Amino acid sequence: MSMTRRSVIKAIATSGALLGLGVLSPRLAFAAWNEKAFRAKDQGTAMQELLGGEPQPSAEILLKAPDIAENGAVVPVTVSSTLSGVESISLFVEDNPTPLAVEFLLPPGTDADISTRIRMGKTSKITAVIKAEGKLYSAVKEVKVTIGGCGG
Amino acid sequence: MAEGIIKVKAKSMGEKTQVKMMAKHIMETGQRKDKTTGETIPALYLQELSVVHAGKVVFAANMSTPVSKNPYFSFTFLGGAEGEELLISWKENTGKSATEVAKIR
Repeated sequence: MSMTRRSVIKAIATSGALLGLGVLSPRLAFAAWNEKAFRAKDQGTAMQELLGGEPQPSAEILLKAPDIAENGAVVPVTVSSTLSGVESISLFVEDNPTPLAVEFLLPPGTDADISTRIRMGKTSKITAVIKAEGKLYSAVKEVKVTIGGCGG
Repeated sequence: MAEGIIKVKAKSMGEKTQVKMMAKHIMETGQRKDKTTGETIPALYLQELSVVHAGKVVFAANMSTPVSKNPYFSFTFLGGAEGEELLISWKENTGKSATEVAKIR
């Protein structure tokens, strides 16, 4: 890989300066990075912190992921839904050291259909939670992992 | 402009635009140990990413280390035309941030 010593060093060098100039660091997303949720070590806490409730299972969410992932470092996941008014899609990996992987914020006009790739330390359930019109819905799929993707 | 880390394929498909993007980033978990020194390698990961088209946010993600190295995302939004620009902003856990520009094709 060519990424990269240079950019890593640059990152370390510039981060100090940027932190000092808090004004310059733009607020990118419309919901800020939720530290408590992302650092939570169990899925229930992470969901509660991020979404403030427990989702109801829904057949209107399609969670696509492989049945068996040979490489836990790269597990492709696609979430789509026919629910209307989808505001966010979040992905949790129950048995990861920190279960919350990513929260997608989808403004009106953006399809409830996203793909990404996540890490899984071991065989686990993946849960996709969708917030739509203020309510929480979920879909779950178990993915068997042959080689974990979190450790060294 | 500094060398970007985001590769974008944004394709206009009639009324909608399909965006596929990959950020070149190590997404270091903070759990690995350096094999020679035995010291933990500190976490270094992208935390926030957003895509703006014509002054409006069309996609945003908050993420952490369970996202794979070189994070990949795809999504589709209503609007956008060939030749128009997308502004992609990202921020690391270190506070480092940047905005990059991509054209819809």
